[in-house]
Amino acid sequence: MSLFRNIVLAAVIAGLVSGLLLTVMQSYATVPLIIHAETFEGGGAEIHDHGHGAAHSHDAAAADHHHDPEAWAPANGFERFFYTAAANMLAGIGFALVLLTAAEALGGLSGWRKGMMFGFAGFLAFSLAPGLGLPPELPGMPAADLGARQIWWIATAACTAVALGLLAYTRSPLLAVLAVVLLIAPHLIGAPHPESHETAVPADLHARFVAAVFATSLVFWSALGAVAALVRDRFRQGEEAFSVSTGGVVSR
Amino acid sequence: MMTKSAATAAGLSLSKIIPLSMTAMLGLFVVGFVGFSQMEVLHNAAHDSRHSLAFPCH
Repeated sequence: MSLFRNIVLAAVIAGLVSGLLLTVMQSYATVPLIIHAETFEGGGAEIHDHGHGAAHSHDAAAADHHHDPEAWAPANGFERFFYTAAANMLAGIGFALVLLTAAEALGGLSGWRKGMMFGFAGFLAFSLAPGLGLPPELPGMPAADLGARQIWWIATAACTAVALGLLAYTRSPLLAVLAVVLLIAPHLIGAPHPESHETAVPADLHARFVAAVFATSLVFWSALGAVAALVRDRFRQGEEAFSVSTGGVVSR
Repeated sequence: MMTKSAATAAGLSLSKIIPLSMTAMLGLFVVGFVGFSQMEVLHNAAHDSRHSLAFPCH
């Protein structure tokens, strides 16, 4: 049970630290762009209002994107920042759990450098690879069906993660070929895209947003991996000291 | 003896499989909760975080 507890504790610490760092970076780099893009959301709705009688596909798509205005949403300012920070830290904890589990299954993390390498792998699998097919979206941008995009996102992240694991931890040429196929296949199949990419959101705003998302995510994942490894090392020293002091056999 | 050394070479001993599958499931559940849950209130709370982490949103 101590393995479970130690991984969870290490993930919580790594997630809180890197999630907080991410929130600070986002509040300068990405959130202002999101808030700017939201000013174009209303403009999109006006265009769609013209098509009352003629139920063209745009209206159906637009209806999906509009959220219930009655639903609770955090107020702009501190409340919004607070919930973003909470979501980032939770995401960090979840990602750290996945990262630490993978690292432990592959022989364990030792040292922050290896942790950072795992962090880079996490960035490739959970940020860059899905982001190549589905570039980070700003509010007010048209997109394909949410369910289809979520499935493609998850499948791409999973394929990329497995591929990186195979490349790094196996030596068989056959598995290397499989890894390359897994890396490429999601992009050959292609992410779901809307019929039209027409949007009121300026292209340069979106370009800046995509760059900011990848830059902040890279720092977030490196910090996540490095901190997770440092904390995990600490806890392992505790585990081993405990095993030795009780005369138990250290299982490695 | 052979099987044991093979298993430890792969870094996975039997005693590790259960805790590791638990941490993996917990992690995937948390990520799914933050990034993919379609509940309106959760979506609104995690909105900026989802956009900034390149999760599909809206």
